[in-house]
Amino acid sequence: MATPKIEVNDIYKAFGPKKVLNGTTLSVDTGKSLVIIGGSGTGKSVMLKCILGILRPDKGSIKIDGQEVTRLGQGDREQVMRKFGMLFQGAALFDSLQVWENVAFGLIQGQKMPRRQARDIAIENLAKVGLGPEVGDLSPAELSGGMQKRVGLARAIATQPEIIFFDEPTTGLDPIMADVINDLIVKCVKELGATALSITHDMASARKIADEIAMIYKGRIIWRGPAQTIDTSGNDMVDQFIHGRAEGPIRMEVLKP
Amino acid sequence: MSDWNFLAVIGRVFLAFLEQTGRLCLFTWRAVINIPLPPIFVRAIGAQMMRIGYFSLPVVGMTAFFTGGVLALQIYIGGSRFNAEQIVPQIVQLGITRELGPVLAGLMVAGRVSAAIAAEIGTMRVTEQIDALSTLSTNPYKYLIAPRLIAAVVTLPLLVLVADIIGIMGGFIVATQSLGFNASAYIQNTMTFLEVGDVTSGLWKAAVFGFIIALMGCYNGFYSRGGAQGVGAATTNAVVTASILILAANYLMTSLLFSF
Repeated sequence: MATPKIEVNDIYKAFGPKKVLNGTTLSVDTGKSLVIIGGSGTGKSVMLKCILGILRPDKGSIKIDGQEVTRLGQGDREQVMRKFGMLFQGAALFDSLQVWENVAFGLIQGQKMPRRQARDIAIENLAKVGLGPEVGDLSPAELSGGMQKRVGLARAIATQPEIIFFDEPTTGLDPIMADVINDLIVKCVKELGATALSITHDMASARKIADEIAMIYKGRIIWRGPAQTIDTSGNDMVDQFIHGRAEGPIRMEVLKP
Repeated sequence: MSDWNFLAVIGRVFLAFLEQTGRLCLFTWRAVINIPLPPIFVRAIGAQMMRIGYFSLPVVGMTAFFTGGVLALQIYIGGSRFNAEQIVPQIVQLGITRELGPVLAGLMVAGRVSAAIAAEIGTMRVTEQIDALSTLSTNPYKYLIAPRLIAAVVTLPLLVLVADIIGIMGGFIVATQSLGFNASAYIQNTMTFLEVGDVTSGLWKAAVFGFIIALMGCYNGFYSRGGAQGVGAATTNAVVTASILILAANYLMTSLLFSF
C-alpha cells in the first residue's frame, strides 16, 4: 500500500483545561480530497493548524509523505511548508501589499524568484480564479469578500503546492459566490493534481469538493466515508449535522435559560 | 478561607508575571538570533527605516525645538537668582545631548512607533496573516520582527542626533531673540563646553531605546488575542511598557556610562 500523503496518528492537544483534540487519527491519500465536517469548537481548525505546524500537538504523530513533522526545526519546517498551500477562512491577505504581491509572495520570499517573473505568474494565477490583470494592482482592502477569497485561492495555488488546505472556504459568502469558489477549488485542485484537505460546516460545499467526507466531534473522527454515502451513513450524529437539527445525539454547549 | 483566596491571588499574579517574562525572553531570543541569519529582507528594512525614522522627524524635531527653548528660559530664570544667567548655553547643550534629546525623542517615538507596530502586527495576528506567512515558507520573525528591530536600532540614534541639533538651536533662538544673548558668543560657549562623550552617550542610549520600542511593539502585537479589543490592549501595553522600560534603561545606562 502506498504511503498516505498526510497521516495524522492519535494526536492530542489541550489549551489549559480544555481538551480540543482527543486522539484524532486520519490519513489522506495522494491526489484525494478529504473534507472534514463538524460544528464550531470541535477541533477542526486546531487539527489543521497542528498539521501546518502553527500549533504543536501535545502528543501523537503527524507524517507528510512518510516524514514525521511534529518535531522539526525551523529550517526543515520551511522545506516541508513548500509542499503546502492554504486558503484561510478570512483570506488573510497581507494588506500592506498589492494583490499581485500577495499572490506572488510565496514565489518571491519563499523561492527567491525575481519580482518581474513572479508578477507574470501572479497574473496567470489571478486569471485562473477569474480575475483580470488590473486587479493585481489593487490593494486587498479594495476587494469584496468573494474577490478576496479568490485572491487567497490564487495565492494558495501560485507555488504549485502538492497539498492544499481550505479553511471554511465558503463561510461569509453568498450562495452563488460560494458555488463559484467551490467550482474554482475543484478545478484548481484537479489541474494541480494536489491532495486537498478542507474543513467546513457548509454541506453544499462539502458535497461538491469532497472525494471523501469525515466528521469530527469532540476532537475525534467519528465517521468517514465516500462523499456519495454521506446521506446513508447510518450514523445519527452525521444525520443530525447534515440536516442541521438542534435535537439529536450532539448537544451544543449552550446555556439553557 | 478568604486568607487562602488572597494567597491564591498572589500566586496567580506571580505565576502570570513569570510566564510573561519567560515568553518575552524567548521572543527576544528568537527575534535577535533571526537578525543575522539569511534571508535578510532588505526591502522590508528600508521600508521600516522610512516609517520609524524619516516619518518621526517632524515629531522629534518639534519636541526638541520646544524643549531646547523652554530649557533656555528656565535656566535663565533660575540662573538669575544667583547671577548665573550666562550659563544658559552650556546647560542647554548638556541637558539636550545627555538627557532630554534621547529620552524625549525615545518617548515620542515610543508613542508613535510602538503603537503603530503593535496595532499592525496585532491585526496581522488576529486576521491570520502571521499564520499565512508561515504557510508561504516565510519565517515571521525574519520577515516582520527583524526588519523593525534593525530599523529602530539604526534610526533612533540618527533621530537623536537631529534632536540634539534642533534642541540646541531652539535654546539658541530663545536666548538670542528674547533673552538678549549675543549670537556668536552663545555658539562659542556651546562649542567650547561640548564634549564628544555628551553626544555619544546619548546616541548609545538612543540605540537601546530603539530596540525597546521595536521589541515592545512587536512582542505585544505578536501575542495579541481576540479581535479589536485585543489589538487595542496590545497597543496600549506596547506604549506603556516601552515608555517605562525606556525610563528605566535610561537610569541604568546613565549610571553605567558615567561611572567610568
